[in-house]
Amino acid sequence: MPFEPILLARINKPNSIQLNGYRADGGYATFERALREKQPLEVVTQVKDSGLRGRGGAGFPTGLKWTFLPKDHPGPIYLCINADESEPCTYNNRILMEKDPHQVLEGIMISSYAIRSECAYFYIRYEYGDAYRNLQAAIDECYAAGLLGKNIHGSGFNLDIYIHRGAGAYICGEETGLIESIEGKRAWPRIKPPFPAIEGAFRKPTIVNNVETMACVTQILRRGNDWFKSMGVPPDPKNPRDAGSYGPKLYTIAGHVNEPKCVELPMGVTIRELVEKHGGGVWKGRKAKSVNPGGLSMGFAKCDLALKGEDGKTEYDIPLDFNGPGKIGCLGLGTAAITVIDDQTSMVDVLHNVCQFFSHESCGQCTPCREGTGWMLKITDRLRRGQGRREDLDVLVDVADRIGMMPGTTICGLADGAGWPVKTAIRKFRQEFEDVIRSGAKSVHSKSLQLVDAH
Amino acid sequence: MPTVYVNDKPVEIGTEKLNCVQVAAKAGVEIPHYCYHPALSVVASCRMCLIEMGDLKDGKVTMQPKVLPGCQTPVKDGSVIVTGDYAKRDAATKALPYDAAYKPGEKTQKAQADTLEGLLLNHPLDCPVCDKAGECKLQDYSFQYGHGESRMVDTKNTPANKPEISSKITLFTDRCILCTRCVRFTREISGTSELQVVGRGHHEEIDVFPGYPLENKLSGNVVDLCPVGALGSKDFLYTQRVWYLKTTDNVCAGCSTGCSIHTDANKDIVYRLRPRPNPAAQGDFMCDEGRWGYHYTNSPDRITRPLSRENGALRPFDWAGLAKLKESFGAAKKAVAVLSPFLTVEEAYRLGTAFQSIHKDVRLVLGPVPVVGEDDLYPKDVKGRAVTPTKFIIHAEKCPNRRGVESVLQKLQGEVIAFASAVNQPMDALWFTGGYPNADAVNAAMPDNWTAAKLLVVQDLFHSKLMKAATTILPATTAFEKDGTFVNHSGLAQSFVKAIKAPVEVRSELQLGYDLAGKKGLATVAAVRKDLAKEMPQYASLEVVAPAKAGSRLELATV
Repeated sequence: MPFEPILLARINKPNSIQLNGYRADGGYATFERALREKQPLEVVTQVKDSGLRGRGGAGFPTGLKWTFLPKDHPGPIYLCINADESEPCTYNNRILMEKDPHQVLEGIMISSYAIRSECAYFYIRYEYGDAYRNLQAAIDECYAAGLLGKNIHGSGFNLDIYIHRGAGAYICGEETGLIESIEGKRAWPRIKPPFPAIEGAFRKPTIVNNVETMACVTQILRRGNDWFKSMGVPPDPKNPRDAGSYGPKLYTIAGHVNEPKCVELPMGVTIRELVEKHGGGVWKGRKAKSVNPGGLSMGFAKCDLALKGEDGKTEYDIPLDFNGPGKIGCLGLGTAAITVIDDQTSMVDVLHNVCQFFSHESCGQCTPCREGTGWMLKITDRLRRGQGRREDLDVLVDVADRIGMMPGTTICGLADGAGWPVKTAIRKFRQEFEDVIRSGAKSVHSKSLQLVDAH
Repeated sequence: MPTVYVNDKPVEIGTEKLNCVQVAAKAGVEIPHYCYHPALSVVASCRMCLIEMGDLKDGKVTMQPKVLPGCQTPVKDGSVIVTGDYAKRDAATKALPYDAAYKPGEKTQKAQADTLEGLLLNHPLDCPVCDKAGECKLQDYSFQYGHGESRMVDTKNTPANKPEISSKITLFTDRCILCTRCVRFTREISGTSELQVVGRGHHEEIDVFPGYPLENKLSGNVVDLCPVGALGSKDFLYTQRVWYLKTTDNVCAGCSTGCSIHTDANKDIVYRLRPRPNPAAQGDFMCDEGRWGYHYTNSPDRITRPLSRENGALRPFDWAGLAKLKESFGAAKKAVAVLSPFLTVEEAYRLGTAFQSIHKDVRLVLGPVPVVGEDDLYPKDVKGRAVTPTKFIIHAEKCPNRRGVESVLQKLQGEVIAFASAVNQPMDALWFTGGYPNADAVNAAMPDNWTAAKLLVVQDLFHSKLMKAATTILPATTAFEKDGTFVNHSGLAQSFVKAIKAPVEVRSELQLGYDLAGKKGLATVAAVRKDLAKEMPQYASLEVVAPAKAGSRLELATV
């Protein structure tokens, strides 16, 4: 039976972005019912029990995060929606915001009610103009319909939603960077602890959630936990720290495929299925050489690398749930945005492009990340100009290994994300890099993007 | 008692809230750091103060698997800190029961070396021409903790220098390691927020907003805060290599705050003043007025030899004539002696008693107290209004020792007579001790219709209105040229030793007091302090403090 999309069910339907269209599909009934019949704590418990994990990248259980808020806080408590979707090749939030903003807004209303927040900040990256306008129009409609504002439907619950447009920095997607940016400061991530749930925006308890998470909250409240848990991958019994990967997920397919698109599938679909079935296969009849399993920062899978102990399966066959990519040395599921690289593309060029991105986006606060990403860029630039040295590869892996939150040398995870593609690419495609160094071959793309100057 | 273990050494922390850097300092272990400064907020971004941390519980140590920034990590009872210097620990200390596989300090050592490698990637390594060389933390830590050589073969980033960020301060952008201490200083202490970080990643730079240069009254502190040679004081730039400088602990004479300072001098010329952290006096900083206000010491206009007026013309005065001067002063009918608020407590006491011994009815008067504007409180908000909590005060009273001299006057004659009330009274002889860094204060205190006393001895640094009428002019010493004690606005007595020698023909005020009192030999502060201790119990501790050797600090209880 083909999977019936839920989160994307209303995409491109007539009137899908208008309130009456959303109402006609049963919209806001869930929120209104929750307001009438449920206590905030019941909502929190339901979301916690549903097993919903944050869709933004790290996969932290959403309901659990909500319970970290201080009990009986006099307020204000803030909810921040992270729509600074800057991971390359990721656009699942964008589709939701542009085509079905009310589904997201309903999720925000339910979540705000659950965590007793009366003010939600919607942090949207500046590049999303249509999404911003559609969202703002939807919010205006909600105010007019009495779904937002003071004393909503006589329940005594107040909620205001403000959209804050960022200025196009990747680091604003880091939750404390986002909070700093909302406060009007430079988006330099804060040192944790204290975590935002204790002290966040304007030094008040704050929850930061992803757009897709909000859409999931809407559907969980509407369809129940059994529906949500009927999809996905249950926890690995051998791993006590695994919370399972339930529910539908929006996967975006980009890169060298015939049909780049965003699809909704149950958690745990394999890369092969995504590319071959949903993405229409690799373009120009070529074969996939490498795939990014969830945004650039998650690292690379090598498509013809056999998985140990699993007969005939390669890294192309790993399931995309929260644990799958980790089994092949990638950082995690990330944003579930897969980027396909065909077999005609040089990994040196790919890596150079990746390094360019991260050195450009490093906020520059912590020494290891600021200097490390810049150094990796300079080395990969030299590699693609045919001036690489054998020891460069060791330097790259060494730098990639030592920067990040995991070794404890940076404040936020950007450096982990910058290091992961470098070390996975070099570990998995070392022969290719060594061949380039030995032959001194220059990149066929004589023009790379310009090295970024002060920006 | 809560105990923390630093490289196996137990340290009792009591109820204090401390981070790892502070606890390690208590244990005598230095954790290297750049961005951390006790007076500024913690950002934990330089990643030099990395440590390994664990817990000692039930006789077992559990270490955290990654390195942590020491400046940001608080300690509690049972915390175990392992620094990169673990190998250098006191071998006599018993090792804690670590896991057998755990190698203490190894991870930290690598992480710190890696951080330094990162910092040096884009650093120009122009130490031979850098003013900071010799007192640079990047040099020191690279030597102690860094790799021997760089693996970087690519071109370094070379952002342009920015001498225009301030009239007083220059920025060598390429040397900067982005610790952001200077940025936080202007935000948190001066409140003026001129400095900021612009750009991202490895193209990040410190800069000012166009049209808003770094001009505030505390700006010079960013130079001291800079752990490398990026921010330089234009006043000091390229004047001296720091290893030639002799550093003396001193007290700033610029205002009644009485900032504790280091005076850096070479061959009896002062080149630089730096604040000496002292929570009892001013904290960690000093103002620009004091910092760059030492130039009067070397001024060519300064009076450096005694002069006397004969038939309207100034002629060199022989110190041998002092006996005659003393005689005439003693013979005057109405004699007034002015003790300046720039004198030390010891000088005021010695001179005061000397004048009283020469002339039994002498009136001792407190010299003019210069007051400029109002007390200037920091930090300020965007509109220039002071906000609380106050972190620094530049006092309006521009002299270091009014309270000290007043206490002496109170003792010697039971009252303090202000200069303004004494100057208009008829007098036959006036002996004026000055030491004013500029003549404005004296000029302002002189009434227009003042008729000079017949005998007028003026001892001061610069020519003033008063000096025009003087019959004898004696050179004075500056605060850098004497030993003594100043009492600041809050009553904190700080003793100091001289940083430089006075010009050769200058006789110090203390010696002059000796000579006037008819004592033989060289004056010493120790002898005066002995007398002081007998007469004025609040200064008794001056005597018991061990004799001041160069560089030692004597801070005394509030008097």
